[in-house]
Amino acid sequence: MSLAEFLNMGGYAAYVWSSYGIAAVVLVVNLVIPVQKHRLLLSRLRRRIRQEQNPQ
Amino acid sequence: MFGNFFHKMASPPWFYRISGKLIPWIGAACALLLLYGLYGGLVLAPADYQQGDSFRIIYIHVPAAWMSLFIYVLMAVCGVITLVWRMKMAEVVLIASAPVGAAFTFLALVTGSIWGKPMWGTWWVWDGRLTSELILLFLYLGVIALHNAIEDRQTAAKAVAILAIVGVVNVPIIHYSVEWWATLHQGPTITKLDKPSIHVDMLIPLLVMAVAFKLYYVTAMLMRARVELLERERNSKWVKEMVGEL
Repeated sequence: MSLAEFLNMGGYAAYVWSSYGIAAVVLVVNLVIPVQKHRLLLSRLRRRIRQEQNPQ
Repeated sequence: MFGNFFHKMASPPWFYRISGKLIPWIGAACALLLLYGLYGGLVLAPADYQQGDSFRIIYIHVPAAWMSLFIYVLMAVCGVITLVWRMKMAEVVLIASAPVGAAFTFLALVTGSIWGKPMWGTWWVWDGRLTSELILLFLYLGVIALHNAIEDRQTAAKAVAILAIVGVVNVPIIHYSVEWWATLHQGPTITKLDKPSIHVDMLIPLLVMAVAFKLYYVTAMLMRARVELLERERNSKWVKEMVGEL
């Protein structure tokens, strides 16, 4: 099987690859969101603790 | 020992620490299985004799649909635990599961639609299976919206738990819809225990993808649960100590 044949998916390329593409995007986004939220929350908490420790 | 494990699970600092250690391992196992499942499904499995290569959408569609049901049932179980035993971690797992479940439901619907176009000649029919799965998506979105809408934490937990429990009646409806009502959607292929009507080279990648999606759920849910936990416990001693050390 050649690469072109594989990519062509027996004529169903648009259907197969769009399905896999959408799945990849949705699954990656669902990991990126909690990572960013976690990072943001930790830095916010850190700032707050620093302010509590040395209030100006 | 079992009781001890549950006791520890209920302790937020322990859950936060252990889940942080587990996530990379579960994520790595998930990635390996995904690679193997994709290779098996897209390359090794033969084309279907009726559907040609379009059937390969099954490797996303079916595991996503299974997960959409599994996660909802798990949320309902968490809902019962929340209402009966007031276990804080059950609330956290419930609410952390909802976006992941919604994502899998969305994927099941969209890939089903994309698969339906070349095979059925239509993107959508209002039949039992598709409609009940769409209702499942709304139930997930409802849980998320309800949780965001209610300010008071205890009321929110109770409301979300009740919605999760009530909505679970939809799960058997989805499962049996293809047997109860005439539809374009095919009947069960895998769960006919006596003799699954699928070739083994097609079946193995499907089962691998199913396990990979389950591990993905655990990874994504734990990541969200840790954020939720940190947010709730931000004034507690353990969070202040941990953040102070960072």
